[in-house]
Amino acid sequence: MADTSAFGAVTEIQRFMDARKRLGLFWQVLFVFATVLAVLFLILLLGSILDSVFGYAVILNEVDPSTLIAGRDKLEDFSREELISVATERLSAGILRRVDYEEPLVERSDRDLRSLIEQYVIKPRALRTWGFAESMIHRDTVVSFMEENNGSYIVFKNWLTPEFIVADQSSDPLKAGIRTALLGSLWIILITLLFAFPIGVGAAIYLQEYARDNRLNRILQLNIFNLSAVPSIIYGLLGLAVFVRAMEPITSGSLFSNVIDNTANGRTILSGGLTLGLLVLPIIIINTQEALKAVPDSLRMSSYGIGATKWQTIWHQVLPVSIDRILTGTILALSRALGETAPLVVIGASTFISVDPAGIFSKFTTLPIQIYQWSARPQGAYRNIAAAAIVALLILLLVMNSVAIYTRDKIARKKRLEA
Amino acid sequence: MNSAALSNQEPKMVSMDMGQYRKRVLQLADVNIYYGAFHAVKDASLEIYEKQVTAFIGPSGCGKSTVLRSINRMNDMIPGATMHGSVFFHGENLYGLQVDPVLVRRRIGMVFQKPNPFPKSIYENIAWGARINGFTGNYDQLVEQSLKDAALWDEVKDKLKQNALRLSGGQQQRLCIARAIAVSPEVILMDEPASALDPIATGRIEELILELKKDYSIVIVTHNMGQASRVSDYTAFFMVDDHRTGYLQEYAPTEQLFLNPTHKKTEEYISGKFG
Repeated sequence: MADTSAFGAVTEIQRFMDARKRLGLFWQVLFVFATVLAVLFLILLLGSILDSVFGYAVILNEVDPSTLIAGRDKLEDFSREELISVATERLSAGILRRVDYEEPLVERSDRDLRSLIEQYVIKPRALRTWGFAESMIHRDTVVSFMEENNGSYIVFKNWLTPEFIVADQSSDPLKAGIRTALLGSLWIILITLLFAFPIGVGAAIYLQEYARDNRLNRILQLNIFNLSAVPSIIYGLLGLAVFVRAMEPITSGSLFSNVIDNTANGRTILSGGLTLGLLVLPIIIINTQEALKAVPDSLRMSSYGIGATKWQTIWHQVLPVSIDRILTGTILALSRALGETAPLVVIGASTFISVDPAGIFSKFTTLPIQIYQWSARPQGAYRNIAAAAIVALLILLLVMNSVAIYTRDKIARKKRLEA
Repeated sequence: MNSAALSNQEPKMVSMDMGQYRKRVLQLADVNIYYGAFHAVKDASLEIYEKQVTAFIGPSGCGKSTVLRSINRMNDMIPGATMHGSVFFHGENLYGLQVDPVLVRRRIGMVFQKPNPFPKSIYENIAWGARINGFTGNYDQLVEQSLKDAALWDEVKDKLKQNALRLSGGQQQRLCIARAIAVSPEVILMDEPASALDPIATGRIEELILELKKDYSIVIVTHNMGQASRVSDYTAFFMVDDHRTGYLQEYAPTEQLFLNPTHKKTEEYISGKFG
């Protein structure tokens, strides 16, 4: 009894036990390794983006500010009178006339005058930029590069500034901003939401609550699953054929009289929003169906049991307990739409517009497209503003997902404590 | 519901039973229920009497719950379930073409095996059913009365705004009974209402059933033969044949069925030989 049992000798049991534990440990180590690897890659990705957002830049002014007025080294030291006189003397006649026409020089603020002079007189140009790591480690190369280029100077740039967010598109990376792209993205997401949410939730309610389990509905269901896996560029081609071409009178707004700008030819915010709406529709349907499936049947039965109709059951019992999951799924689907580039490129998003979108019939560009354009340019400084735009896009996505989680938790908490 | 919807012959409204006349509320005539191709219940015919408790007993899979659900057309909600035969409610066929199942369920309420209050406040659990059915009276009064009838008022009167899911299992089940009677049905169907509860909560439900009998006709499915003998006036014993199809073996006043069963199967079941 002391050293044997039905499972064998004690020493054997011990050896078998050790082998079992070793196997468990092996898998555990493997899983930890996988997690660490994933986290490492994420950190690497974020690091490489953030690396481009900060760093030294060597800038060369076409005209040195110290040559404009004797005794003044920097534009910030200029008095108001000096600013106005420099502007009137140095700006070309055509520009001066246009600027004056928009708002007379004497009525403009100091800040406005300084930016005018910087833009048209000083004309700073980034000769070369460095990432954060390089700036820290190889500061001497930055300095020697500056010394090679006469008249240039070093600044430590933070490319993601408030000015970067509110400035419009420009051919000069030092002045370019993402306002038009950000507004374009927000407009498109709004159209996508308005289009895909009601249709998606409606279709999900039909499929989950009303549809009978027959061959037709099973085929329908299978197709929705397949649609959610279709590459997004295919949706772009569909959007091009349907929204941009076939429905051009509607999507360009030419059918409606109140359109000012119809140069977009159907390549409008409306077309883009509808295309992305189609893209996320299957995702919203599947998410909503999952949310409805999670509602226990006993709840429906108890509702029918006291004489509720099908619709009363859905509206008063099923939807209130599933709405948090439906909303979360929708916002996650919208996050995906926000990051989509390919379908919008296909339907013809503008690559360079500096006019804010005025409505659903405007031309548009979006953040991902802006990033794509900038990162394809050869000049180094575009890489930096592309990185800054990526960070802005990530922050926007983070905010949206946080709102989704907050909303879900709030509704769930309300449900728990419900009065 | 109008009597023009009648398809079969009008059954007699009263029947004689052990020397006394009882008013008949429901009559099941040749009820056959199928789940897809599977014949779940065959040829069940029985009568349910007003303000009496009728118990359905029998081994697992004998179709007693299926028959119960056919009475208020809950089987309509189960995909693939089909029903042949008739259920007469005050002489009118509930499966007539012009009969709205929603209206049937308001007049024939249901309490389920697992307590399933709505995830809303106690107050709203009771008021909601009345509201969707177009109740125009005083809701506070209705809630109070329903909770008193379900013997729950004293326990919850100070926390009517609290979520019903925070009540104990027994309290939840009594709330479900209160919710059912708030829409003033005539018949209450109970599908093993105490099987998920502890003995004390079960005892309270049984007391409540005897109390509710004064105002409602009750049909209760139970696995517990002691419970059937304690609360019911009539008992229907269902059996299952070799094809797993359920059928009604014996239907009699409870005392008679338990003390003098006509069929050998009944005797074997109530004496615990199988089940």
